[in-house]
Amino acid sequence: MSFIDDAPALMASTPALEVSNLSKTYATGVQALKGISLSVQPGDFFALLGPNGAGKSTLIGILSSLVNATGGEARVFGVSVHAQRSAAMAMIGLVPQELNINQFEVPLEICINQAGFYGIPRSIAVERAEKYLKQLALWDKAHTMARMLSGGMKRRLMIARSMMNEPKLLILDEPTAGVDIEIRRSMWKFVREINEAGTTVILTTHYLEEAEQLCRNIAIIDHGRIIENTSMKNLLSKLDVETFVLDLVDSCDRVPDVPGVRMVRVDAHTIEAEMSREHDLNSLFLALSDSGITVRSMRNKSNRLEELFVRLVETGKVAA
Amino acid sequence: MNARGNLIALGTIVRREVARILRIWMQTLLPSAITMTLYFVIFGNMIGRRIGDIVPGIGYIDYIVPGLIMMAVITNSYGNISSSFFGAKFGRHVEEMLISPMPSWVILGGYVAGAVLRGLIVAVIVLLISLFFTRIHLYHPWVTLSTVLLTAIVFSLAGFVNAVYAKKFDDIALVPTFVLTPLTYLGGVFYSVSALGSPWREISYANPILYMVNAFRWGLLGISDINLGLAYVVMLGFAIALTITAITMLRRGTGLRS
Repeated sequence: MSFIDDAPALMASTPALEVSNLSKTYATGVQALKGISLSVQPGDFFALLGPNGAGKSTLIGILSSLVNATGGEARVFGVSVHAQRSAAMAMIGLVPQELNINQFEVPLEICINQAGFYGIPRSIAVERAEKYLKQLALWDKAHTMARMLSGGMKRRLMIARSMMNEPKLLILDEPTAGVDIEIRRSMWKFVREINEAGTTVILTTHYLEEAEQLCRNIAIIDHGRIIENTSMKNLLSKLDVETFVLDLVDSCDRVPDVPGVRMVRVDAHTIEAEMSREHDLNSLFLALSDSGITVRSMRNKSNRLEELFVRLVETGKVAA
Repeated sequence: MNARGNLIALGTIVRREVARILRIWMQTLLPSAITMTLYFVIFGNMIGRRIGDIVPGIGYIDYIVPGLIMMAVITNSYGNISSSFFGAKFGRHVEEMLISPMPSWVILGGYVAGAVLRGLIVAVIVLLISLFFTRIHLYHPWVTLSTVLLTAIVFSLAGFVNAVYAKKFDDIALVPTFVLTPLTYLGGVFYSVSALGSPWREISYANPILYMVNAFRWGLLGISDINLGLAYVVMLGFAIALTITAITMLRRGTGLRS
């Protein structure tokens, strides 16, 4: 028996998260959120992206009740975060951006205590702590003081801790910041499995490759406003121009003129080709071949989502 | 809200607080034992012998035992909650509790219970030390117990309010140094207010610690400078006012939520 018993029956049609006209103005006068609205469906893996200071952490703060909204409303599975805080919080798990673990406690104790705060009996808490610490490869550190853990271990510990109430909505605020690629991939695997098991996941990250690989839907927030809210597929299809980096076998002094392609010589062995997505690559390679240029390898200059993100945020800045 | 869930959450905070008290026992339990032993040796034994009986049959060392126990209870219950809760704020792990479904009163209740327990443990330690120097006869057990509990509750609540407001470690050190210590020394621990002349006697009546020390002394020794009923009114009044203040601060998120 836990606090979740008090939550209303969850209907499949009820959004996992519904934010309506949410605003936040801090005492300093900073308007962090300017009436944003968005909806996340149950079972979704949702990316919330934005540059630093865009309002992502404020939104997450409001959802986790650490920040009081100035206006508007947020509902988790139909339960108001403000009016029915306790029932709403029982359904949320949060992995914050900043480390917030008690450095003088051991991981096992941290997880069991977290379950206790949610009214979960100790016997169940012990089982869950073992399960999630093992899944996140931390079981051998279960009795090691938290301050002795590495940065990556502390991040994984925060994920294990957030799972103790087996939340229906898991919010990950830059969970992989400063973590090496191997640990990052193991964290992706864990979160993907959690999502496949039915937990709705909201992810904020600055690693756009991470968002592109994991998330099905996306919202981009900038200057306290949602500037894009669509499916990842739709968003990526909006990318009309791509830039390729071509590594050449031999050095070249000048780049050939190819209609519809903007060619830039980066150095003797590297060319950048910016072209419309409608443009086929064959004509580019034909033109290069005619000019006696042989391409050794080719790659995208940047991640596709990254290109779109930069473009959208830049457009937002101009509009602002 | 489900009562069993609240009870589990409350128990979790209390367990964590007790574990902390025992883990750092050299900071939480030992200092009071050493300080109070010194008080008993210097004030009770060496100086006390020259002072003689305060009232017939009650020597100076007997007279100061209740005050010294209360002094330890006040310092420890206040210090426990202010350092533990502010430490949780400073280390940000207070967020573990703030994002949970726990109602405000459970958070407050858990921390207060932890601080009261430390106050009681220290009270027992000081009482046991005092037995090396004098004999204690418990005149009114229920008054003794209720007074020590109420005092611990009042100063736990005060420490909690201090911790919620505090922004840096200095802020939790200021009150014990500049408020609690002077009030305790002037609260009739070492002397009877009836020995003071006007206006110092009247001024002393504004000090809540005077009521606590005297109620406790009445419980242990059967003597008091203060009307017992009035002492309970003062203690309960402070406990209620501070509980309302602390709960309001938690609900509003003062110093905790943006």
